[in-house]
Amino acid sequence: MGAKTFNGGIYPPGFKELTCSKEITPANEPEQVLIPLSQHIGAPCKPIVKRRDTVKIGQKIGESAGFVSSTIHASISGTVKEIKPVSGFGQCIVIENDGKQEMDPSVKPNPNPENLSLDEMRNIILEAGIVGLGGAMFPSHVKFAPPEDKPIDEVILNGGECEPYLTADHRVMLEKPDRIIAGLKYIMKIVKCNRGSIGVEDNKMDAVEALRKAAAGSDNIEVVALKAKYPQGGEKQLIEACTGREVPSGGLPMDVGIVVNNVGTAIAVADAIENGTPLIQRVVTVTGNGIKNPANYLARIGTPIRELIEQSGGYTGRIGKLISGGPLMGAALYSDMVPVTKGTSGILALEHSSLDRAEERECVRCAKCVDVCPIGLEPTTIMTYSKMGEWDLANENHVFDCIECGSCSFMCPSRIPLIQHIAHAKNMISQKEREEKEKAAEA
Amino acid sequence: MSTSMSTPLSELIVSPAPHITSEATVKTAMRDVVIALMPALLLSLYFFRWQAATVIITCVVAAVLSEVVAVKLQNKPNTIDDYSAVLTGLLLAFCLPPGLPLWMAAVGSASAIIVAKHLFGGLGQNIFNPAHVGRAILLASWPVAMTTWKTPIDGVTTATPMAIIKEVGKLEALGETIAANELMAQLPSIWDLFIGNVSGSIGETSALALIIGGIYLLYKGHIEWRIPGAFIGTVFVLTTLVGVTTGKGLWYPAFHLFGGGLMIGAIFMATDWVTSPITKKGRIIFGIGCGLLTTIIRLYGGYPEGVCYSILLMNCCTPLIDRYTKSPIYGGRVKNA
Repeated sequence: MGAKTFNGGIYPPGFKELTCSKEITPANEPEQVLIPLSQHIGAPCKPIVKRRDTVKIGQKIGESAGFVSSTIHASISGTVKEIKPVSGFGQCIVIENDGKQEMDPSVKPNPNPENLSLDEMRNIILEAGIVGLGGAMFPSHVKFAPPEDKPIDEVILNGGECEPYLTADHRVMLEKPDRIIAGLKYIMKIVKCNRGSIGVEDNKMDAVEALRKAAAGSDNIEVVALKAKYPQGGEKQLIEACTGREVPSGGLPMDVGIVVNNVGTAIAVADAIENGTPLIQRVVTVTGNGIKNPANYLARIGTPIRELIEQSGGYTGRIGKLISGGPLMGAALYSDMVPVTKGTSGILALEHSSLDRAEERECVRCAKCVDVCPIGLEPTTIMTYSKMGEWDLANENHVFDCIECGSCSFMCPSRIPLIQHIAHAKNMISQKEREEKEKAAEA
Repeated sequence: MSTSMSTPLSELIVSPAPHITSEATVKTAMRDVVIALMPALLLSLYFFRWQAATVIITCVVAAVLSEVVAVKLQNKPNTIDDYSAVLTGLLLAFCLPPGLPLWMAAVGSASAIIVAKHLFGGLGQNIFNPAHVGRAILLASWPVAMTTWKTPIDGVTTATPMAIIKEVGKLEALGETIAANELMAQLPSIWDLFIGNVSGSIGETSALALIIGGIYLLYKGHIEWRIPGAFIGTVFVLTTLVGVTTGKGLWYPAFHLFGGGLMIGAIFMATDWVTSPITKKGRIIFGIGCGLLTTIIRLYGGYPEGVCYSILLMNCCTPLIDRYTKSPIYGGRVKNA
């Protein structure tokens, strides 16, 4: 039987060979960290430290400010220098390293992790500041509390890592398969389901083998080899490939009885429940043709990415793009003085000369965007309506179902920024709906 | 230290994802189509010599010049380098008889670019396949010159296989069996038909060369099997039915597949991005429609060949086909509760 897969998708060049055999190495201790108050979807944290406070590793420095929110912790020991905004990252707590590497007393192992109640475990996850490490940074304790009428029958761990260049999850799966399985079991327990699977693209068969070995003896856990195709790591595509189920339009995975988590998140869950460790570090791939020695680092949250790049030997030439995340969905950065966050799976530096320089042309209706859309949308049609300001027609063409994976823009031979036009239509429609609601409220 | 680190970043581009793209652009795709036409081009030069070369050169030059003028008049950015005008000229030449007066070829080429392409708004906006519009205009304007055919190599005036088949059909309908059989004897062998050693339009005669080009385009991902598959499949099925029911046998569908303009039409014209449907289901319908109309025109119409008109007719249906063949979206079957 061939590897499982989903409809549509693209085959971008992988560039994973740059780092896939590079073991995860601890990043140098940063001299200072910038820890954003908002490293999750939902309300930003409320800071609970102030200037000149001394903090220790793992100490809580920002607390949850709502149901969909999370907590943040000091990732180094030192002194709070200031709380200041960093463009693109919101308010950040700046901590200067005192070099003492003192652990906070709150970080201590749970004597009996097996005896914790479900609510206790959810609270540990909230207090440990665990959010989805795949990049979306959705607070895990919220994901693990589905309403009673949405029973969960399967937890899927996402080891797809379909973005080119990134190998952080690949290395984690190779080096810590036992911890992933342990985390998966906790998550299954918390959402009260008895089946778990781990979806891994078949360009990482060594990881599949490692996980299968670690899962040996657990009959209710299956490691599924998935066809290496972008965006296999998309939540909906993962569910489609692993289970054949489709998340209803506008719905969530729990609507079809599924909870999806990144493999790294599973380890964070196991570490929090067993060792009391909050989420203060993560694995980051530093790569690209603009980096001298591409590598995988275990980096403290808040580390300025410049320090990781220096540890990698610096830049090789003129850099055209510095990207947080993968090249298809990652965000272009304006500076390297920005922090690693809980969602930073990779730092990608691309040489200026290697960037695509083709100019935008008229749409020639080649339909490549239609053929590759994993949702079955017609990106070119939505783009046309977006350009014309025909918001209702864009809506009728399911603009809100777009997952913004970028496959259409990647393929477009006319280099039309389809995703931008689609995102613009979404914004305009949402804005219009808000205005109408306000108007209705006034009337 | 900070200055040494900031220099490499002085030209950072901050733009939305995705940050990488496939290598194919409109330009490389059009170039690939031109490359795919090379086998047919070389064979046409071998079979029709100067009578082909002059028409091809005229059409391409006229198309490119028309494009320059049209773009200039509209103050649009220069689009010559995207090969689309070259391709239109080449495709038009491939649909013209060898030895056509060159001024006619030039008129056809200019009509294709100016009327069919730029009057509709330029590349991407045209409803009809420009090369086929050029051919249709020429056929309507100078029907005699457009149906004067030459034999390969010698360049002697002759009839095309499709015209012979048409005449045979007429004679049979009149009950003139002996005359019909005499005419049938003039038909070339299937092999000559397949490699293109027959009379016909410059680039259409060699099914072999066109199929090689088609395989290259399929491999490059610029065309998809659905339109050519449905088009050729429909013609094959219908003409096989006719061949079997009239007792002609299996050479009859083979003639319809390899004779005339079916291969160039199905592989290179009907698959034109701009004028064919964007949905997968739509492409099947489009291909079947082309095949159906081609067969009907060939068997019952006034012309011996129907590929050009059937594609133009289906081009008009493209927006409608797209509209009614939207694919179901992921998660669209169940609305969110």
